[in-house]
Amino acid sequence: MTAGEVTQPKPQGFRIQDLPGKIWSNYVLRRIVRALVIIWLITTIIFFVIRLMPGNAFDLMVADMVVNRNMTEDEAKIRASSLLRINFNRPIGEQYLEYMSNLAKGDLGYSFINNNRTVQELLAQKLPWTLFSVGTSLMISFTLGMLLGMIAAYKRGSWLDHLITNFAAAMDAIPQYIYAIVLVLLLGVIWKIMPVMDMKGVLSPGIKPGFTFEFIWDALMHLRVPAFVYVLSTVGNWALSMKSSTLSTLGEDYVTVARARGLSDSRIITSYVGRNASLPLVTALALSVGFALGGSVVIESVFNYPGIGLELSKSLSNRDYPMLQGIFLITTTSVIFTNLIADLIYGWLDPRIRIAGGE
Amino acid sequence: MDAISTIFKEIWKTLRLIAMNKMGLLGFIMIIFFILMSFVGPYVVAPDLQAHVKEINQGPSVKHPLGTDFQGKDNLVQIVHGGRDILTIAFLAGLMTTFIAVLVGSFSAFFGGMVDTVLMEITNFWITIPKFPILVIVASTAKLTNLWLLALLLAMLSWGGFARQVRSQILSLKKREYVEAAQLLNLGPLHIIFREMLPNMMPFIATSLIFAMTSAIYSQTSLVFLGLVPFSGSNWGIMLSSAFAKGALYQKDAIWSVIAPVGAIALFQLSLVWFSRSLEEVFNPRLRSGV
Repeated sequence: MTAGEVTQPKPQGFRIQDLPGKIWSNYVLRRIVRALVIIWLITTIIFFVIRLMPGNAFDLMVADMVVNRNMTEDEAKIRASSLLRINFNRPIGEQYLEYMSNLAKGDLGYSFINNNRTVQELLAQKLPWTLFSVGTSLMISFTLGMLLGMIAAYKRGSWLDHLITNFAAAMDAIPQYIYAIVLVLLLGVIWKIMPVMDMKGVLSPGIKPGFTFEFIWDALMHLRVPAFVYVLSTVGNWALSMKSSTLSTLGEDYVTVARARGLSDSRIITSYVGRNASLPLVTALALSVGFALGGSVVIESVFNYPGIGLELSKSLSNRDYPMLQGIFLITTTSVIFTNLIADLIYGWLDPRIRIAGGE
Repeated sequence: MDAISTIFKEIWKTLRLIAMNKMGLLGFIMIIFFILMSFVGPYVVAPDLQAHVKEINQGPSVKHPLGTDFQGKDNLVQIVHGGRDILTIAFLAGLMTTFIAVLVGSFSAFFGGMVDTVLMEITNFWITIPKFPILVIVASTAKLTNLWLLALLLAMLSWGGFARQVRSQILSLKKREYVEAAQLLNLGPLHIIFREMLPNMMPFIATSLIFAMTSAIYSQTSLVFLGLVPFSGSNWGIMLSSAFAKGALYQKDAIWSVIAPVGAIALFQLSLVWFSRSLEEVFNPRLRSGV
């Protein structure tokens, strides 16, 4: 692709009917509009799942309260309405508007089991732990995977490449809970290098959250094993993607030219190959934030780690629909936003994407 | 008939190529072994239904090669009886995933234009949504006791990435001469997609089928482990989750009732991965390393 192929937009007067087209042809605006549309779609789908589907959450909650809490149907309906923050006596259109305006205000209703606590309050309490554990582990695994992938690509065909590639493929296919179980067994029970209590929960008893060294250290100590599991279960995927991305970059003309110009290997590796090969991984990283948030269900259940994953499985067993809805909303919106950010970064790093109109 | 004999010839050629790669051959043999064990084994080995109080949590011995669990049941017998559901669901889910992906990807690439834009927007949207929470929520509310339903659910959630890959494959095939010739002959889109293009994508489809199977095993055993899919009888996931629930993780004696199912799941996954990697090498000469 040469610079000559890029056509400059012709200057013209502003017309309102051109606006959709203008937004569509602008990379940044298009991405933002798309993210907003997706969020709107998801919230709408959730509303219908809660309210209109046969066997929907509202009816299930009412039935549950009638059977298990000895309420009359009307009482149960009023209670469910107040928990979900939707007035179910009003026409469906008004309910929808009310639901949407509540969401826009950040009001997600009340938790079914934790009396009088709002969903957003509980989420604000749980989410930081998940973000802390997932974020830390993701960074470690991403860096490590990129390194291994580049090594495998550079030494392709050697025993090192075979070792890395086969291990990465194998590690990628083994479910997370197997790593969790094997690590607890090995470290805590067979080798006894780590007290089993250090693998449960996030803090030792008696440690108060705050900006103290003691707190941070204790939190990190409790993160060691869960983070190890996250890293083991994701590093293979990063290594494989980085390897294939590096391999395709190595064949590019500019790398050959850089070699011919006699640039040092380290310069070629970092600023020619590494930079370009890591581009496709930026999007993958953003997507994996969401997958890690979803995947935290298993790890947090095994290690009793009080993040949103554990909260999700608790809410499921207690049929806490407002909470489930909140967790689902927060995971999807965060994925969409990280994706948006990734798209914008990608467009900024690689101008071809912006100009060619994506895809 | 002609197509079928070609497929068989292709399979035979593939098998011979697989045999050239040691890891792939090993994976292939292990897959056959697991299939025989799970589908023929239960007719050979009688199920161990009774609890044996005197033989709780034993290590491996001649009588119990993989030890016994918290009820004194033989672990090896449970492994033999516990593979069928997992393998069936994996295969069904893999097949359905590949089917949806091929359909969406090939239509999107072949028809292009508006069809492509709409289908790819839907696909990208679907890829973006975190699937595991959906899976967990649906599995807990819908009571998935039917193997087909669970397989379908797993497939519905995981076709996105494959569909995009199929699309890019078809896009490149579209420029080949034989496809252009078929288009000039007006053979119709269905004929071109299914008779001209797909046979040439068989290698890719076979590998993605295997990948879809590994991811199906990954998700379904996680669901079983979390106790969300109530299967009856023995199943590797159930063995593991009940061992976990009985605190087998923190008792040295009970280790074998954890190792047995973990080993079975991990080994089966590994054999699939090895097999598919050698398939990739077989089909993509650039990757062939002369092992």
